[in-house]
Amino acid sequence: MTENNELIRSSAATLAGKLAAREVSAVEVTQAHLDRIAAVDGRVHAFLHVNTDEALAVAAEVDAIRAAGGAAAQELHALAGVPIAVKDLIVTVGQPTTAGSKILEGWHSPYDATVVKRLRAAKMPILGKTNLDEFAMGSSTEHSAFGPTHNPWDLDRIPGGSGGGSAAAVAAFEAPLALGTDTGGSIRQPGAVTGTVGVKPTYGGVSRYGAIAMASSLDQIGPVSRTVLDSALLHQVIGGHDPHDSTSLPDPLEDLVAAASIGNVRGMKIGIIKELHGEGYQTGVENRFNESLELLKGAGAEIVEVSCPNFKYALGAYYLIMPSEASSNLAKFDGVRYGLRVLPEDGPMTIERVMGATRAAGFGDEVKRRIILGTYALSAGYYDAYYGSAQKVRTLIQRDFDAAFAKADVLISPTAPTTAFKLGEKLNDPLAMYLNDVATIPANMAGVPGLSLPGGLADEDGLPVGVQLLAPARQDARLYRVGAVLESLLEAQWGGPLLDKAPSLTDPSPAAPALTDPALNDTVASHGGSH
Amino acid sequence: MAAINRDDVAHLARLAHIEMSAEELDRMAGELAVIVDSVKSVSEAAGDDVPATSHPIPLTNVFREDVVGHTFTAEQALSGAPDAYEGRFKVPAILDEG
Repeated sequence: MTENNELIRSSAATLAGKLAAREVSAVEVTQAHLDRIAAVDGRVHAFLHVNTDEALAVAAEVDAIRAAGGAAAQELHALAGVPIAVKDLIVTVGQPTTAGSKILEGWHSPYDATVVKRLRAAKMPILGKTNLDEFAMGSSTEHSAFGPTHNPWDLDRIPGGSGGGSAAAVAAFEAPLALGTDTGGSIRQPGAVTGTVGVKPTYGGVSRYGAIAMASSLDQIGPVSRTVLDSALLHQVIGGHDPHDSTSLPDPLEDLVAAASIGNVRGMKIGIIKELHGEGYQTGVENRFNESLELLKGAGAEIVEVSCPNFKYALGAYYLIMPSEASSNLAKFDGVRYGLRVLPEDGPMTIERVMGATRAAGFGDEVKRRIILGTYALSAGYYDAYYGSAQKVRTLIQRDFDAAFAKADVLISPTAPTTAFKLGEKLNDPLAMYLNDVATIPANMAGVPGLSLPGGLADEDGLPVGVQLLAPARQDARLYRVGAVLESLLEAQWGGPLLDKAPSLTDPSPAAPALTDPALNDTVASHGGSH
Repeated sequence: MAAINRDDVAHLARLAHIEMSAEELDRMAGELAVIVDSVKSVSEAAGDDVPATSHPIPLTNVFREDVVGHTFTAEQALSGAPDAYEGRFKVPAILDEG
């Protein structure tokens, strides 16, 4: 158990080193994580499916190649045998893909996403599929049709969203790495509230082929991890050009791992975005953010203030563009080609009525809200006022970023205005829920990369705070350079990783809520049997 | 910009092929009115001289070789379909002939 504890708490980089040195086998590493999932996921509910057999088979294959030695062992990827979890918005052969929706319950994709193909080529065992808000629409995972994920720091609180499952899996030591998708903050905001690292790469920097589309001009797949270096390692596995995605950038991938290893920020200009802190931000969030600024200043960075006056329109423009694109992308769920088909209770069985009944039963409230809103924004007579105006705001936001990056190498802000709120607290107030993404949305609107890393715990509630770094398009390396430096300065202050302060989840404690939801137990019982 | 009312939502739900109960229409109309109100400032943000951005990082002339790439077998393509017949998707009646 102690040995396993050490394995599950190790970074992906550490595990890769131990695997290469044959101090530990890939089967042992994978089994340790499957055991952890079986032990804690009944309460965390990060996983919708656990991929025990395939993960162990891939691990065994890596071990066999290493044992045989020779060229094949030499050619193994550095992360071979390091397990990973995949957000259930990304399609995988051999496992169900649900997008967190009843309309796709039990559906199996006939093809792998490009990022999944790359994980397979690197021989990284896939532990399973992680929970999310339905079709990635939400900031809390409460919109998952299969029940919410719980924040490992406090099981009564949200893990962020939409990628709460991936962030919680990594924070609860169920996986060292995970894949997420970020349309308006779905990688970074869960990272912030769970004390983990998440990166939204430059738009087009990682192939979207096989990510079920919500808003095609905003969606981006990216890494989720516990350390900045681990995200860089994973980014290099999944990044780079893919001819299957016509929006994929043809540029060669930068050396992100090298950037994470530079180790200094001397002379770099770091811009505080005037509009993304202060009023509306929780005191503890603001305090931890200011401490990070002091640390960067102490390390020789120059802190400058920049203003992005059009960011105040970003949230509104986002909630026009995103639903417009989502309403179009989700039209394909018609009860004919895949997924659910529901027949009307009476009357003629026409395709139109079957579609109406299927989508009524298959989609949850938030998905319906966004489809209706998008249909409205794209309607004749409203198109120019809504969608057209929102696209102009995108131009203004890009211009704000251009001006800011003329004065600073990277920008910095809190990732989210608050720490994790209670499950249920904002569920009936869509607008309050949308405000969680106010600091993360501008990056998606402009296509620039962003990284969130743990900035400490808020004094008032002891919960994690996220610090967001933003860089110009195609300059993802700068995020890893500054992020790794800030992480090491903060960890020196804390005396170790922030997650050392999180509850263990396995000690019987009066504070830990009991397992009350039988559905969660079923999930683990049916998929997690790995002993 | 016009406010959104219950009749609008009913019309939009028909366009989007989502059946909605009376109770759902009432609730959705209330929620959407609040959301639409909160985004209306967007239409005043930019003047006529600002061009629209449809895509964050525009690429032009993205071509591929004109050769057959990977294709699914009929069996694979139909594997997730709710209904199939002789290697084809089976679709409910298009017209109501009742």
